[in-house]
Amino acid sequence: MQYAAVTGIGQTQYKARRGDVSIAGLVHEAAQNALDDAGLGWDAIEAVIIGKAPDMFEGVIMPEVYLADALGCSGKPMLRVHTAGSVGGSTALVAASHVQSGTFRRVLTVTFEKQSESNAMWALSNPQPFSPHLNAGAGGYFAPIMREYMRRSGAPWDTGIKVAVKDRLHGSRNPLNHLQMPEITMQEVEESPMLWDPIRFLESCPSSDGACAMVIADEGLAKEGPKAPVWIRGGAMRSEPTMYAGRDEVNPQAGRDCAADVYAQAGIDDPRKQLDCAEVYVPFSWYEPMWLENLGFAEEGEGWKLTMDGATSLDEGGDIPWNCSGGVLCSNPIGASGMIRFAEAARQVRGDAGAHQVVGARTALGHAYGGGAQFYAMWVVSVDK
Amino acid sequence: MSEETTSSEDDITAIETPVYLTYNFTAGEATTRFLHQVRKGKVMGQRCPGCGNVYAPARGSCAACGLPTSEEVELGNKATVQSFTIVWIPIPNNPIQPPYIVANLVPDGANISFIHLMSECDNDSVHIGQRVEAVWKPEEEWDYAMDNIRYFRPLDEPDVPIEMIGKVPLSGWEGKA
Repeated sequence: MQYAAVTGIGQTQYKARRGDVSIAGLVHEAAQNALDDAGLGWDAIEAVIIGKAPDMFEGVIMPEVYLADALGCSGKPMLRVHTAGSVGGSTALVAASHVQSGTFRRVLTVTFEKQSESNAMWALSNPQPFSPHLNAGAGGYFAPIMREYMRRSGAPWDTGIKVAVKDRLHGSRNPLNHLQMPEITMQEVEESPMLWDPIRFLESCPSSDGACAMVIADEGLAKEGPKAPVWIRGGAMRSEPTMYAGRDEVNPQAGRDCAADVYAQAGIDDPRKQLDCAEVYVPFSWYEPMWLENLGFAEEGEGWKLTMDGATSLDEGGDIPWNCSGGVLCSNPIGASGMIRFAEAARQVRGDAGAHQVVGARTALGHAYGGGAQFYAMWVVSVDK
Repeated sequence: MSEETTSSEDDITAIETPVYLTYNFTAGEATTRFLHQVRKGKVMGQRCPGCGNVYAPARGSCAACGLPTSEEVELGNKATVQSFTIVWIPIPNNPIQPPYIVANLVPDGANISFIHLMSECDNDSVHIGQRVEAVWKPEEEWDYAMDNIRYFRPLDEPDVPIEMIGKVPLSGWEGKA
């Protein structure tokens, strides 16, 4: 297998509505930023790997077909990846695997969502005759799972509120974020409207427009770039059915297996000690303590202790900061959200994460999940090959 | 572009062009049987020949074992709350008014939950392990739909211990371990 590295990272400004660009303009902007970052022109790209969340969101079916032009794909291979909310992560991994396999030497990968032109809640609430029509979007699906986590772990009731504040404070260091809330308080989150009890408004991700892109190249080409290559030390994906008897929805097996795989590839046996930071898909506050356990940063039932002790907080000098960029709780262009996690992990390792940089970060985890918490994509990136 | 043109014409940034979709639901063997039974006021499950777990509504296979399920099992009218959420926002295309409770319920005799509405209850007292029973619509309104059950309401029975949730037999739960 060839070594592969991230050599260019491009993001757009994330906003509730990017009225200044079409979907094509949005993806082009991220791609151009990634090429500029890599010091390359469009001709340097051999193939484009694109991803987004379900087509029903914007109602544009097979958008990749019309986006080929905006992404310079004329005369080049283009592939679409689709794994629901985890798609940003799995698209990056599909792109990386094309380089690792030697199929292409340098690829561009792009993901996006334009939620201002979409209706995700409607798209996720289709009636089916074998079930009552009670699907109240993603929050309605995940709320009972969070409630069960609260029961089993005995976590303090305000653990979720702490995550909501922590990620927004992190996010205020990142000028690309949709939500900018540098003055947010625990009280403000607590008093925000309840949406899907136990999830409050400020414990939920926003709906954002945005795109994220990366250039991934093989060893020879990676060393030619203007910036230090970020080496992909491991990449893994797993899936499992949404529903089966005995399924642990709080701590899904597919997530544990995916983490074990990516850590084994990267030579990690103690993620809390050996990783310097992590960008993890936390669209609702309680998913931080849940994923701390699922990803092996804490024993089962004890993830909330890391959150409450400030271990995951940059502002509190935590030993394993999570979502220094602000995470999904600050910007959520759904299809891109997973790739933003992967890209932000790479920025940390490269040392150019600006005001949300973890000093001396060398190795980081990027994570995404999707569907009914049944699709997982993860990578570990490092300055060391 | 002249100054006059830019000042008299606003940018066109969006025009709403709705798309409408009509689905024909193909139920397949297992769901066809389920829907025929639910039209007669019965909730049926199917047992996996491998792990023995009972699925309801059955979709024709056990996703854990990868085996087809064919043995039909009649389930009770009673169920247990596995978890729930109190929803404070409306559901698209559903007239239900918030706040309402959507619960993950395991019917007696089954080993997996489905979601349904809970009503005739104090929202603040709903809890994991609580016993509930189905309240059906009048028979003349029954159709091929899970909506034939209007909602579930609390029962005056002892809570099911956590480790027993998802394992209550058809004979029910009377507080016996």
